[in-house]
Amino acid sequence: MIEMKSVSKWYGATQVLNDCSVKINKGEVVVVCGPSGSGKSTLIKTINALEPIQKGEIWIDGVAVHDKATDLPKLRSRVGMVFQHFELFPHLSVTDNLTIAQMKVLGRRKDEARKRGLQMLERVGLIDHQNKFPGQLSGGQQQRVAIARALSMDPIIMLFDEPTSALDPEMVGEVLDVMVGLASEGMTMMVVTHEMGFARKVSNRVIFMDVGGRILEDTTKDEFFGKIEDRQPRTREFLNKILQY
Amino acid sequence: MMAYWQNVWDHWQFLWDDRGDGVTYFQWMMSAWGYTVAVAFCSLVIALVFGIIIGTLRTITGHRIISTFAATWVELFRNIPILVQLFIWFFVISELVPGMRSVPGFVLACCALGFFTSARIAEQIRAGIQALPAGQRNAGLAVGFTQLQTYRYVILPQTFRIIIPPLTSEAMNIVKNSSVAFAVSIPELISFAMQTQEETSRGVEVYLAATLLYAITALAVNRVMSLIERRTSIPGLTPQAQGGH
Repeated sequence: MIEMKSVSKWYGATQVLNDCSVKINKGEVVVVCGPSGSGKSTLIKTINALEPIQKGEIWIDGVAVHDKATDLPKLRSRVGMVFQHFELFPHLSVTDNLTIAQMKVLGRRKDEARKRGLQMLERVGLIDHQNKFPGQLSGGQQQRVAIARALSMDPIIMLFDEPTSALDPEMVGEVLDVMVGLASEGMTMMVVTHEMGFARKVSNRVIFMDVGGRILEDTTKDEFFGKIEDRQPRTREFLNKILQY
Repeated sequence: MMAYWQNVWDHWQFLWDDRGDGVTYFQWMMSAWGYTVAVAFCSLVIALVFGIIIGTLRTITGHRIISTFAATWVELFRNIPILVQLFIWFFVISELVPGMRSVPGFVLACCALGFFTSARIAEQIRAGIQALPAGQRNAGLAVGFTQLQTYRYVILPQTFRIIIPPLTSEAMNIVKNSSVAFAVSIPELISFAMQTQEETSRGVEVYLAATLLYAITALAVNRVMSLIERRTSIPGLTPQAQGGH
């Protein structure tokens, strides 16, 4: 489904991704974790080409993301993305947030887009808020609308870039619930997060990145959490720190 | 009391005198006011169209030719005094550029004022765009919008709301700056005032009347812009705009 081969990226002279290779199969949930500055967010943004890469290859469902000739808008419309700061369109109502890309990108009719959008809104439990504006919703609600917006496009994969790290602790759960539901339905997902509980519960694999943009570990969830003593020293240090409290 | 009003009438009755060709000074003044409003309105339309385009182009990264062109436009039209620009349109461009000689003076004056103001509006657009969180652009691209669609549906609608206050000043400025058109014989308010003062020696009354009409026009522009600001305010955001003035 997704394959990254030896991807490297630099900002000027600073290398932010170092020879990263990842393969994600259909229906897999892959969690990416690591300290800040390790390039997790950059890695996930290279998949839908929000961040260009200088070396390597990225393939989504047989389409070459790294190829200059690729129709990026078309490709991105098939890849759902959820951001740390939600990034709903604040000037549009919840319903319009859900329908605008369906109409302008996929060419769906208004009633068709509305129907699909409201289905997804129902699914994230916010159907009563369809006429509100993003600024009138809580952070957790905004993030759930953002998930519904991505789902309305019927994506083949969902990318989550720290979806809960800007939320009040009380609201983390409602967003994770939606994500767990998605995972259990077989959605292919790549999730950058520090929520180890989520990783433990639903992920198939865990990727650990370290400063400099290197992938240190790429193992099954059971390996990752089951045998901490087998992990690399850097990973153990990280896990000990974040699992301490 | 009676004598007071008689006195007022004595001062102002010349406005209803025939100036010699069947038109009263009052009718002339109204027509001149119409020219002022027309010059200001047409210039504003030109300024908005070019200001939006140039301001948007200034924020596009990675295309050296485009950004140099846009930056040159802004510097060119903002660094030359408006009166000089007006004369250049009338005496240089209309002489040197083929076909321009037949263009009416009204159109040339609107071009001069419109292009001058477009440089200022372009800078406001640029500031507004740069004030938006970078994530909004990514969110637009991520749902599959092209660069153009991202500007059209995500960035510019938010930018306009941000820049309404400086845009109000600009719209009021254009009304006041339209007075330079007298220098190229557009029969607007200042042109009327100068000629009427010469013919009737009623300088005080004439300039008071012109001042009043400018003030009324600028106030009307201000009210219209404030109405637009309230109409376009986003629920849940910009509470200061909802609170009234």
